Amino acid sequence: MAYSDKTRGMYNGILSGLQEAGLFKQERFIHSPQAADIEVEFPSGSSLKNVINICANNYLGLSSHPDVVKAAHEGLDSRGYGMSSVRFICGTQDIHRKLEQMVTEFLDTEDTILFPSCMDANAGVFEAVLTKDDVMISDRLVHASIIDGIRLCSAMHDTFKHSDMDHLESKLQLHHDRRLKMVITDGVFSMDGDTAKLDEMAALCEKYDALLFIDDSHASGFIGKKGRGTHEKYGIMGKVDVITTTFGKGLGGASGGCVSGRKELVEMCRQKARPYLFSNTIAPPVVAGVIKVLEILSATTERRDKLEKNTEFWRKGLTEAGFVLKEGDTPIVPVMLFNAKLSQDVSRDLYQEGVYAIGFFFPVVPQGQARIRTQISAGHEIHHLEKALDAFTKVGKKYNILGKTKQEIIEMYGM
Amino acid sequence: MEDMHEVIREYVINEYVEDDTEVTNDTPLISGGIVDSFSMVSLKRFLENKYSISIPDDRATPEAFDSVNKICTLVQEFIG
Ligand SMILES: Cc1ncc(COP(=O)(O)O)c(C=O)c1O
Repeated sequence: MAYSDKTRGMYNGILSGLQEAGLFKQERFIHSPQAADIEVEFPSGSSLKNVINICANNYLGLSSHPDVVKAAHEGLDSRGYGMSSVRFICGTQDIHRKLEQMVTEFLDTEDTILFPSCMDANAGVFEAVLTKDDVMISDRLVHASIIDGIRLCSAMHDTFKHSDMDHLESKLQLHHDRRLKMVITDGVFSMDGDTAKLDEMAALCEKYDALLFIDDSHASGFIGKKGRGTHEKYGIMGKVDVITTTFGKGLGGASGGCVSGRKELVEMCRQKARPYLFSNTIAPPVVAGVIKVLEILSATTERRDKLEKNTEFWRKGLTEAGFVLKEGDTPIVPVMLFNAKLSQDVSRDLYQEGVYAIGFFFPVVPQGQARIRTQISAGHEIHHLEKALDAFTKVGKKYNILGKTKQEIIEMYGM
Repeated sequence: MEDMHEVIREYVINEYVEDDTEVTNDTPLISGGIVDSFSMVSLKRFLENKYSISIPDDRATPEAFDSVNKICTLVQEFIG
């Protein structure tokens, strides 16, 4: 009501501040289904451009897979559009429970509870299972949604340096007197594409009697030989106490998330987690789609195998072209440019060449570590990757960064 | 006797600084973004163990922990 000129002016001041600092986010409108080839309107109002998408979390190429789309249609026809209720009133269908059971089996846990998103799963889980007598010890680079969940929880909170196992051990010793200790990490870290050292973490948790929590949003469906996640890769299936993950990336890409793990912890979420209690769960057509995704992935590892091959091809191609990459073996392949403006310029030129990839810079990544984050998909064919490599090479030449070391690039462009 | 300022400054550097940022006794730690208010708890527990004191939560505020000097003042108060 009382939205005065002064109030409006205040917000406009904040927004132009973001613009001046180069932190203003702008959407690009995609006019086609999510896939390797997309049609994009950017900037807003310009004519559509066909580009190759290499920045989606569509790792398995299932976002627009015909079988998944068909299953969602059937779900829509058989179970309707929406539930108009939260789970525990009248918002649970047979297919919600079926999906929970399928996820439990897929991840090799004891039980699973669906959430509207993984953001919600992370926001709700800590407060549901921990109290002020406990401590949460998290990697310093965990995802923002975990940080929010930790903030909402009354347990004590401490951090350890990214993937530093000695530091983690010292924290487990420091907090030995807490009722429960929970070690918290992402399985795959989304900005660098590195994986948590889960075998070592599991051993430390065993030694110091701590619970282990992983967010496997960037791993479920494709990391590990059967694609079950980072816990499969590190040989600790069945030993992780809590796994959260999303259906909004590799597993179909629509939306929804879950908490999967020890059955008592899952039950605590069902009784107490606020995003579960006070928000509608995943809509029926999406549930039907995710069920199909899990059926596909349980029947064959074809898609994750193709993703692995594509990733190798892409890493090798970029390395041979002379780019500086972050080491790793996940489909997240960061091309390091170090300087923020350079990352924006390269992204813009790639777009001109028909390749859609975004530059990330401070504060999304640390100062002086600007990059183009590329993400490979099983939906890419080799010809997509070849074309994208040509574009990268052409743009890399223009900025004279091919074959240059980190120091040389920084000398040319600054941090 | 160890110098308390030096002990605390060293702890802060080892625990929180991952590049070559300089930390003096006056450097703003929390408002300066060196110590995330989240990770303050280990500093608090370190002080409590090291000096055999107990700092009540309502005194362990981001303001009271904002520099090595301020932390020393707080710890001295509890050592008595
Ligand atoms: C590690 C991690 N956890 C959680 C999420 C949130 O997932 P959702 O889209 O299901 O809320 C993301 C997505 O950005 C993520 O990268």
